[in-house]
Order: sequence, then structure tokens, then C-alpha cells
Amino acid sequence: MSGPSALPPGVTAAVLRVNGEDYPVVFPTHHTLLEVLREKCGLTGTKHGCELGECGACAVRVDGEAVLSCLKLAVEVQGCSVETVEGLQDDNELHPLQRAFADFGAAQCGYCTPGILMVASALLDRNDNPGDADIYEALSGNLCRCTGYHRIVTAVRWAGAMARGDDWRPPEEDFHGADSQAPYPAPWPALPPAREGESRPAVERELRPVGDRELQPRDEGELERLSDGG
Amino acid sequence: MAANPKADPVGAGCESREEYRLIGTAFRRVDGRAKVTGQTQFADDLNFPRMAYVKLVRSTVPHARIRNIDLSAAEAMDGVLGTLVGTELPDKFGILPVSEDEHALAVDTVRFVGDPVAAVAAVSEDIAHEAALAVRVEYELLPTISNFNEALKTPEPQMHDYADDGNIHKKVSLKFGAVEEGFEEADVILEDTCYFEGNTHLAMEQHSAVSVPEDEGRVTVYSSTQTPHYVHRALTKVLGLPASRIRVVACSNGGGFGGKSDPFNHEMVVAKLALKLGRPCKVTLTREEVFYCHRGRHPVLMHLKTGFTKDGSITSQHLRTALDGGAFGSYGVASTYYTGALQTTTYRIPNYWFEGARAFTNKPPCGPKRGHGTPQPRFAFEVHLDKAAHHLGIDPAELRLRNLQPPDSVTANWLRIGSIELGECIEAVVRGSGWKERYGKLPEGRGLGLACGAYLCGAGLPIYWNHMPQSGVQIKLDRSGCVAVFCGETEIGQGSDSVLAAIVAEILGIELEDIRLCVGDTDLTPVDLGSYSSRVTMMVGHAAMQAAERARDTIARAVAAQLEVSEAELVFADRRVFPAGDPDRGLDFNAAVVAAEARFGTLGTTGSYIPPRAPGRYRGAGVGPSPTYSYSAAVVEVEVDPQTGVYDCRHVWMAHDIGQAINPVLALGQIEGSIYMGLGEAMMEEQVFRRLPKRLSSALVHKMPSLLEYKSPGFHDMPGMTSYMIESRDDRAPMGAKEVGQGPLLPIMPAVVNAIFDAVGVRVDQVPATPELILKALEARAKGRPARVGPARFPRVDYGTPVEVPTPDQGGDGRARHDPKHRSRSVRAASGTMKDREDALKERRSATLTTA
Repeated sequence: MSGPSALPPGVTAAVLRVNGEDYPVVFPTHHTLLEVLREKCGLTGTKHGCELGECGACAVRVDGEAVLSCLKLAVEVQGCSVETVEGLQDDNELHPLQRAFADFGAAQCGYCTPGILMVASALLDRNDNPGDADIYEALSGNLCRCTGYHRIVTAVRWAGAMARGDDWRPPEEDFHGADSQAPYPAPWPALPPAREGESRPAVERELRPVGDRELQPRDEGELERLSDGG
Repeated sequence: MAANPKADPVGAGCESREEYRLIGTAFRRVDGRAKVTGQTQFADDLNFPRMAYVKLVRSTVPHARIRNIDLSAAEAMDGVLGTLVGTELPDKFGILPVSEDEHALAVDTVRFVGDPVAAVAAVSEDIAHEAALAVRVEYELLPTISNFNEALKTPEPQMHDYADDGNIHKKVSLKFGAVEEGFEEADVILEDTCYFEGNTHLAMEQHSAVSVPEDEGRVTVYSSTQTPHYVHRALTKVLGLPASRIRVVACSNGGGFGGKSDPFNHEMVVAKLALKLGRPCKVTLTREEVFYCHRGRHPVLMHLKTGFTKDGSITSQHLRTALDGGAFGSYGVASTYYTGALQTTTYRIPNYWFEGARAFTNKPPCGPKRGHGTPQPRFAFEVHLDKAAHHLGIDPAELRLRNLQPPDSVTANWLRIGSIELGECIEAVVRGSGWKERYGKLPEGRGLGLACGAYLCGAGLPIYWNHMPQSGVQIKLDRSGCVAVFCGETEIGQGSDSVLAAIVAEILGIELEDIRLCVGDTDLTPVDLGSYSSRVTMMVGHAAMQAAERARDTIARAVAAQLEVSEAELVFADRRVFPAGDPDRGLDFNAAVVAAEARFGTLGTTGSYIPPRAPGRYRGAGVGPSPTYSYSAAVVEVEVDPQTGVYDCRHVWMAHDIGQAINPVLALGQIEGSIYMGLGEAMMEEQVFRRLPKRLSSALVHKMPSLLEYKSPGFHDMPGMTSYMIESRDDRAPMGAKEVGQGPLLPIMPAVVNAIFDAVGVRVDQVPATPELILKALEARAKGRPARVGPARFPRVDYGTPVEVPTPDQGGDGRARHDPKHRSRSVRAASGTMKDREDALKERRSATLTTA
């Protein structure tokens, strides 16, 4: 085999480290990490929705950080450790995120799922008890057209709980629907407890859809009206 | 999985429907593991040796005759394997037989910016892209039409010569009952003009198709399609090959929402190129190209006039719609009818006149998006009702409850209604949202809005006239204990695979992992028409039940003989077959199959489904019928900043009449996804175009063909959601399960603008209801003008002489009084009469199709 000098101009030969394995690949130098992962490494789990950095479907982790592989040239990640959705599970054991997404309907068509899983795994590695605001912020670059996002956010929290060994589960109404006989304001299940010795991160929007922030009376006038009317 | 082996004796089990073992439990979807591990193969994930990459050359002008296509520079490029132009595929195709108006590649005329003109195939996508840019096309520009009104004013030149009138593609006028008399009886008559902007599906997966040439001139096309059967038919026509030489495999769709339910030009192109070049060919659209494929929500202008008595009863309604259809027929004829057909399903409308028209315009074709043609008039109706409630001094929820269409009834336009739990739905969201305590009483800037909707559980008729099943299922069982289920259904993310597997597992008393599915493959699976019109649970479900029950009965005969018990006492549960009274005497499911295989030989059963015949017999009665309908009600809470018009949805309460959730987690996911998509349509999504300056051909170009600029809701935009499933099993549906994929979207858009009214007292009679519009209405109010924003007038449209159809209340028989256009019976007989179809149905029902 001849050396790199035998390569035509505009072509790169490199060894990419993906999911802990070496992939020797030859590819056009201008190709993105997304293209090389899908077309040269055969790792088609990473998806594309726009190839312009708009949708987040192609997110992977590079040295632990979530990055959009459509905006990263493959030549830039030589010497880096790349993780894709195919590397998320541990042997045949699903990652808590994968379990939560599969069981909780957080993946419907599943097309945005690999990108979201990789961003969420980077988040959980930083903070295994994220509040909704942390999850919203981390995933704000990912679009999903199927779920309405609620199940994704809750599944990330559930996965965090699994990873911590906490037995918190999403509320029952997320599995079987809300009680249609329940009056307003409905009773809502408790949030997962924050870890010992650590305050829960600032939460802007709590899991409880009709919680103290959302629908409590805003002012005393309303409180009065509510108590009168109720 | 919580197994609940309640006695389920053969022959009585499913009729009693008291308790299911698996149905109704929150099981992991059967494709769940594949979706979270990256193993699900979408069309673009497929690769074959020697595969060529295909790019389409698309028109840069909105309407023109093609003078010349110069491929020489492209063909001379190193790595280019071949090219294709429209004259090589001269036969037209289209989803509806009445509007087969598309070429795989434009033959002589282009009709919108993005219309494909030529294709190039190359050894790499880069080279294909360069080659596509090197193709030179000369155009002779033609006048262009940008909207419905321009189409009315520009009858010539016709974009398609089959149009009903100039550039008006389709005109409909259907009059049910004594409409004028109904208005005379009214105490109050309200009129509204509303507008619903077009929007697109924006599925995360871009369309992709891969073709593989095979021996003896055969070809396989793998595609991200919701309707492999219809793609198969279109390919047969365009390629001029027998259907048996073409195989279409629907890959898992990365979202559909209706956007992958037409046969597409790129599918025709790769199939032809595979046969021409003798190598696999792949085409994957860029995001921009997906906006040109479109087939999304039609922009619709509507005029609604309704008569009410003082107590709020509806006496008569007249609806006029004007649809901007884009450049091709697509599903447009059906879309046009759908803007009127389901208006009668929720509230009793004794007299109803619907007039609809669809225009051809030089824009990407519109088609079916979630709710297909019904969200637009539903928006108009529910906003209209909110206004009526205020006018009459009746609470909006109460007004709706007073007008509910009764269950098991026939509407004025001859739709047979099944179960209706709309009243329950309204009551659930009223209770949950604190409606009675809070509606009209929240501080300025905050408000609640209520609206309802209804949707089909499968379109009653297939897209082309035929007597055959609309869904088929085959089951193969053998001594391994594995149950292989074959069905043409298409998983687009909604969970159709899980519905199919769960129904079979339920009936055979086995687990989901005992089942192997083979779906969406025109060579290997029986025909199912596809994932559209919310038909899968209803139709695939019925076919699966029939096939599984036949398998169960075959096994039961063998087990009964072996155990010397009667078949009727056998129970199928927990992977065993046993007598209800003596569970220990039973056989494992495997052993039971062995007994059956030994006794009857190789085992296989089939099931099929055709919806019941609908009572309407007038021209146009084919659009609207469904075995039953689903119902939804929603309350939306908004907070509006009156200084800026910026608003936020704070919470949505949604109740859906689902009959029975097959899997409540997946069903809730459909409800939540519908809320999300509805909010997108209500608040921000729009597929809109602008004209370039004259020196740039005055082209009509898409304003925002990218995911970033086409605004859709993100994580931060979602409100809290409370979803109620009203489970009252519907006997017409398999296991009692009605649809859930589309219906819950319908109430969202009107509920949002009704909530805006409650919050700040202005009417926004169009969507998306942007902050700019709200501000405009607030400013109008401040200047003493009507506190409303929306279309000012409805154009004068000649809808033609109405087809008059007496209603059931008038003693009608479902036929029109006099319809000159209606084909005579003798002509109709050539393609099969309804009676032929009924006879065929009866015959098939009596036939035993089991191999045993």
C-alpha cells in the first residue's frame, strides 16, 4: 500500500476514532463528519434533516461535547473521540436514555431521536438531575415534529433518575391519560427529589403542567373570583 | 408486562370485550429498540454496491414552456453515468385517477419553481450535484398565477386542460335540505369570512428513494412513502411494466403527516434510471427540495353563514371555500370535498349548503396534511360558534353541548355517525380547565378558548374504484412458535406496527416478541392502502383480527381434539392454550401450533377488511364516509401582551374520544403531537411565496424553504398539556379502537384564537395568528373600528348549479334530486356498481379463506 502522497488532491485518508473503535477511511476532504460517518463508516444511525445546522438530527458527541456533525468537517475530528447513537448502549444493554425513550414514546418516527439522545447524554453526563429548563436549553437546537416534546423532556428526566438509581417514574397520567373526572386544579404528582447535598438546578418550567406557576391565581382579585366561583 | 389471563373462551372472548390482556397496556412499541439504537433503516440509510446518486434539475421559473434542455456539459463530466429527461417517461401519473397530471420530469411545460425538468446520475453525490448545475434549460415564460383570485381572473392559458373552468381545477356545490327555509326560521344569522394560510408537513426525514434493478427487467424501489401500493400503481403506469415486475418497499418513514402519501416524480426517476443504467440508484431530496414536493395544507379562504334560534340551535348553514391548490391535482379533488364534508359530524345541522372550489396556481402542489382539508373549515366553524355564543349570550361550551349530533345517526349530507363521546370530551376539558370558574373572568391579557373537532377513522372508499379489500393481513405459523404477520401497512412513526402486532398477540394469547412482522412490501405482503386518512387502526386492525381469529380457531380445533375438550372452552393466554375450567391441562402455544400443523398441514390464515357501504348516493358522496368518527375537544389558555401582541400558550387541555387505546402511551403521543402541530399552525407556520422583481422573471419563490426560516415550535414553545382519553369502545372498530393520529389537531387552531379573544377582546379570523395580526386588531379597536383582523371579503365564485340532495329528515334516499352530470347507471356498470360491490362483499364474507 502506498503512502498518502498517492492520494489525489482533495482526498484525505484518516483514522477516525468512533465509539471507541478505529475506522480507517478515505474521503473527500470537504466532506462533513456526518457524511463520513454515514457513507464511509457505515454508521447510518446519525441522521440528516437539513445539513445546515438547523434541526439537530445529526448531533453526535466529539470528546464528550454534543456537536452538529453536518457543520463539522471529518478532518477536524482526527485524534478526537467521536460517539454516535450506535455507541450509546453498553454491549446489549440499553442506555437509560434509550430505555426511557423507547418505553415512554419519546421516539415516534425516531428520525430526530439519535441526535436528541446524543445531546441528552452529554447533558446527563454533566448533570444527572437536570430540571426542565436545563433540558430545554440543552435540546433547544433539536427539532422534533412528532412528539410535541413533552415525552422527550420527561424521558430525559426519567433516564436521569434511572442513572442515579432513583425510582422516580413519570406520573401515571403520562401512561394512561389524565383523569377526565378530575376537577380544576388537578392534583399533580411530586417531582423527583433533588440529590442529597445538592440543590436542584434552577427550574423555569416544572414538569407539573398545572403547577404552582402555571395556573395559580395571579393576583388577589382572581383568587377571590376563583374561590367564589369554585 | 402485566398479564391478566382472564377467561377468554374461543368464540366469546372478543365479543365480550370486557378485559384485554395486552390491549390498553403501556407496552414498549415493537420498533422501539430499533429507533433508539440507530437500527431503524430509513430509505436514505440503504446502500448497495455500485449505487449511483441521482440529482434532479429543477425549474427556476414558475411557468414556462421548455424550449431546450442541453445536457452535453453534464454528460461530459467525469463520473456522470447517465441522464434522464421527461420525454423518456411520457406517461402521466397522479394519486387520483381523475387528475393524473404529473410527469416524472416535465415534458414541455414547467409549472412552479422547483418542478423537475431533468435528472442526472453519477458515481457520487458531489458529481451528481455539479452535473445538475451544468444542465442548461431554455424557457419561454408564460403568465403566472399566484393565488385563488388571480386564477379566477386568468382563465387562459390553462395550466391543465382538464380543469372544470379555466384555471379553477374543481368546483363543487352540494345542497342538502331546505337551506333558505332554514335561514328563514333563524332568529340570528351570522356571517364570517376566515382565512387559513397554507403550511407544510416538515417531516424531519427528507424524502428518499433507492431503486435496485433485478433479473429479467424487474426493479425494486425502496422509498420513504406512506402509500407503497399507490406508488406501485403509479410506477406500473409510468414505467410501462407489468405490476408483477415492480416491487415497492416502504421503509420506516421519518415522519409523514400526509407529505409522503403521493407517488412522487423522484420515485419514478430512480426506478427508470436503475433500469436504464443497470445499477442501483438513490435520490435523497435536500430540505429545500422537500418544500417543493410539499402536498401540504391548502391555503383556504372561507365564508360561513349560519342561522341560529335564540336558544342556540343551528337551523341552516352555508359554507363557501376557495382553495389555492398549487400546480397539480394531487389529492386536490378530495381536499376540496373535505373542506365541506365533515362539517356536519359534530353538531346537528339540519340544512347545509357547501360550495367549494380549488384553483391551480404556479406554486408547489398542495395536498393532504394531518386533517386533510378539514382543519380549515373546522377553524372557521369553531370561531364562528364562539362568536355566536357571545351574540346569543350562551356559554360557548353550552352552545356546543346543545347542538351535539346524536350517536348512530345520519347527517344531512348522509354520513353515518357511529359512537360520539364529544359531550364527554367537552365536559372533561371544561372541568379540567376550570372553564366555568375562569372563562371570561381572567385578568386582561389572559384568556381561555374552547373548540372541538371530528375526524375519519379511515376513508370509506379507496382512491381508485375497485371491489377489493382495503386492507389485508396474512399470518404464517409453524412449529417454531414464531408467528409471522404480513401486511402492506406502513409505519410512519404513528405506531402502526405496534397496533398490528398487539392485536394478533392479544387474540393468540402470545407476547409481542413472539411475532415477526413483514410490512409495506408490495411483493411479499397483502395490499393495504397505506397510512393516510387515519385508516390503519380501523382497517389493518379489522384485517388482523380476522386473520388472527382464524388462526386461533384452527389451533383450537387441533387442541380440542388432542385434549378431548370442546373448542369453545379453550382460552388463549400467557403463551398457552387451555380449557377455561382446567388451566393445568393445556398446551404451550408452541405445542398447540405443532398439534395444528400435524393435523392440518402447513398453517396460514388471511384476513381482510372493506368498510361498510355509506348511505349517500349523490355525486361527491364518496368523500366523507368512514366506518365511524373520532371526536376531540380542547381548551387552550393564552397570555397575550396587549402592548406587543406577543402571546404564549400556557396550557392545553385536550380530550379525545378514542374508543379504546391500543397502547395508551402511543395514543397520548399522538394527542400531544397533534397539539404541538396544531399550535404550530395556529401561531407561526406558513408556506408562503413572494414575487421576484420583473427583471428576475417575476418568479414566485418560496419565502422560507429552510428549517430555520420556516418557523415551527421548539422545546421552549410548548405549553403544559393535559390529555384525557375518553374510552367508550366503538363496536364498528377493532377492539373498539378509533383513530387518534389526526383528530386532536383540529380543535387547536380555533381554540387558540378563541382564547386570544377572551384575553384581549379582539377577533383574529385567520391563522397563523401572529402577534402582528393581534396588534393590528388591537389598534383597530383603539381607533374605534371593529376589533377584528382577517379577510375583508370573499370573491364572487361561480360554483355552478347545486346538486340538491334531500336529507334523511326530509325522507330522502341519499340520492340527488336531479344531477345532469351524474353518469347514468349503464355507464357506471362498466366499472362496477355499488350493488356489485355489495354482492362481492357478501361473497367474500361468507368465503372461508383459512387453509385448514
